[in-house]
This record gives sequence, structure tokens and C-alpha cells, in this order.
Amino acid sequence: MSAPPDETVPALGRGVKFRFDEVRQSWVLLAPERLFMPDEQAVEILKLVDGVRSLGVIIDDLAGRFNAPRDLVARDVATMLGGLADKGAISL
Amino acid sequence: MSVPEPPMGLLAELTHRCPLQCPYCSNPLELERAAGELDTAAWLRVLDEAADLGVLQVHFSGGEPTARRDLPDLVRRAAERKLYSNLITSGVLLDERLLADLVEAGLDHVQLSFQDVETANAERIGGMVGAQAKKRTAAALIQRAGLPLTLNFVIHRQNVDHLPAMIALGAELGAARIEVAHVQYYGWGLVNRDRLLPSRDQLDAATAEVEAARARFKGRMVIDYVTPDYYAERPKACMGGWGRRFINITPTGKVLPCHAAETLPGLNFPSVRDENLAAIWRSAPAFERYRGTEWMAEPCRSCDRREVDWGGCRCQALALTGDAANADPACALSPHHRTMQAAIAAADRSPSSDFVYRRIGAAPTAQA
Repeated sequence: MSAPPDETVPALGRGVKFRFDEVRQSWVLLAPERLFMPDEQAVEILKLVDGVRSLGVIIDDLAGRFNAPRDLVARDVATMLGGLADKGAISL
Repeated sequence: MSVPEPPMGLLAELTHRCPLQCPYCSNPLELERAAGELDTAAWLRVLDEAADLGVLQVHFSGGEPTARRDLPDLVRRAAERKLYSNLITSGVLLDERLLADLVEAGLDHVQLSFQDVETANAERIGGMVGAQAKKRTAAALIQRAGLPLTLNFVIHRQNVDHLPAMIALGAELGAARIEVAHVQYYGWGLVNRDRLLPSRDQLDAATAEVEAARARFKGRMVIDYVTPDYYAERPKACMGGWGRRFINITPTGKVLPCHAAETLPGLNFPSVRDENLAAIWRSAPAFERYRGTEWMAEPCRSCDRREVDWGGCRCQALALTGDAANADPACALSPHHRTMQAAIAAADRSPSSDFVYRRIGAAPTAQA
């Protein structure tokens, strides 16, 4: 799969909600008849998916905050969001 | 026993009333009457208890859940408690006014069932004349309201050949998701098994069609596919394991680990009328009975898949082997696996297309 360009603006899919669950003390991604328990890294990415920020902005933000190589972050973001896009939870 | 993780989903069977009579209905053979249903206050309390317990999604189902006039009130409470709400409906009672109320109440998603794409056959299967036009109208209303839509097709010997057109209908109606589910054979489905179980060729064609359509609609429409156990080598993790992920509440308030669990003898299912949902989930003997792996006998007990499929379906084990604690006979390691091949052979021989329809009082007295 080729990575989407940096200008792409990812958004939660229609009917998808990302929220903190007080009972489990963890973030959950709720979608039509399925749900995901994102790991810590995925949570940091999803927190930046707001339908406004572009992939480029998200990658810059994460690379800066976590002091990580940009191309590595870009690959992780593309893989994580691409997987959720295939399941209809994210639109790219 | 350790404290179980909270359930992810609540299946709220609000009523067994339904204008349709599908011969594979997942409701029990003994249908509950309206007079025995939980009232609004009880369901509101149940939704609060579910949210407190850690339920994340609530599936309003039935019967036909829109037959309950308090459905918008229940959806509103779910939304207030941040429960993701899903309406599982036949669509035949859905009009503009009700849908507007549900949207305003905060409904998150609708799953709309079609019995076939071909009107005459769809209405024969569902046992309701005029249903197809109402469903198409409902789909249009849901789209116009901006709600995400899943189309649900239960497939079997008498409609599976129309699968390509079913998937095309999903695209035409703007569904983001299609659920193609082979009939599961317990309750009404088991009564009608000879008329419903597909042939090997039909199954293979359906599976190939789903795979091709997934590639064709990648990124636009998700297609979920539930395969039939009768052709499987390994069982499904029924409900994600007994008492692990789902909690089911019947119209009268009984709390079950799965919607067919009342077929199992010797289990006493508590009611939300008497006990708090959390107490039931954590410690009711009926939930403890098949939770985890302790209850298992061979071939499950030493199997490296025991925490993958959790032994499969207890109800299917009971129905086909006579003992709910046996391995699901969908598993090739089960000594009863051949009963499934025998059932396929019987269905292949059966010329009948006449259904036993799901109606109050229609169930055969001695279950097959």
C-alpha cells in the first residue's frame, strides 16, 4: 500500500467515536457494530485526528513531541490509519 | 474465580413482537408476549447499570425494537451515558417522524435487514407482504437523516444465489457497511435447517463473491461475512466466549450470556427485576458455568485454540450432541463433527421450500 500524501486530512469515519472510558481507564474507538482498543501509540495518533489537521501536521507534531525520526513516525501513522481506514473507522 | 473484565456490548432485546416472521429468527421458540415486557423505567435503569458496569455499545434489538414506543427515550438515555447506540431493525415500522425522534435522541447507527433483493422471495421469506417497499423507504430516510447505515442480509439456500445483487443494493442505498451472515442453526433456524442450509457449491460461490466485492469496494464499503458452522473445521468464538464480551437481556428482563442460552437446561438466568446487572455479570452461576476454560473437557481442554474459540457455541453443542459442555461439533476434532455432514446431506436431498414461520405458538412441540 502506498502511503497517502501529507496533505491528506484524516477524519473519523461516519458514526465513529473516540472517547475515554472511565471504567477501563483507557481510550476506545467505537464504530458501527465494532470497537477497537487502540494501544498507546495509536491513541496519540487518534487524538490528533480531528478532520482539520493534515497527515503532515500530525506527523510533525508526533515526531517533535516524541523526538522520533520523521520517516519512522510517518510509516507508523500510515500503517495505523490505513488499517483503520480498511475497516471503515477512519476516512483518508 | 477472578473478577471478569466488563462486557463490551449489551444486546437489548426490547420485545419479541415483530411484523416479520423470518424462519431463521434468533429469538427463542417460546416467544414472550407484550404483557411480560420490561417497562420504560426498568430499561432506563438497566442502561444506567450497563454504563456503570463498563458496557460500551448497546444494540437495540428484538423482535422489532421500533414496536416499542419508548425507543427514543431509551436511545436518549444511552447517549447521555455515552453508550454507542445501534438500532437493529427490519425497517418496516420506521417512518420520518420516528427516525427524526431517534436522531434527536442521539442514535449512532442503524442496521437494516433485507431478506432478499427479489421482492417476491424477500416477502415470502419474511412472511410479510409489502415489506420490501417499506424497507427501501426506510433506507432512504436513514440516508437523508445522515445516519450511518449497515445493510444486513441473512443468507441461506433459498436466497444465497442473489448475493451479487444484495451487495449491489448496499452500494445503491449508500450503506457504509454490509453484513452478509449465513444462518446460524439453533432455535427457528434449526427447525428449518433442511430448507436453509446451503450446498457446498452455493457456499463457495458466496465466499468468492464476498472476497471479490471486498476488493471492489475497498475504502468505500466494508463487507462483514459470517460463515456457516456446518462447513467449518474449527468453531467460532461464539459471542467472543461465554460471559466475556456480551450481555443479553430478554424482553422480560432475563440476563443471558447469549440470545439462545435459554435452550440450555439446568441454568437459572437472573432477572434485572431482582438484581443489579454488575452483580449478575460478575457472579451469577449461569455466567460462571462456561466462562473461561475450567469447564472444558477434551478435545478442548488441552487444545491450543481453547482461548481462541472458547470451545465454540454451547447451544450448538447441546442441540447436536446432547451435552452443552461438549466441544462445538463445528470443530473437526469433535467426535460429533459428522452430524454436520449428515445435516448437509439431508438438506441436499430435501426438495421442500416450505418454512415453519416464526410465530407465537408455531414452534414444534418437540424440537428437532
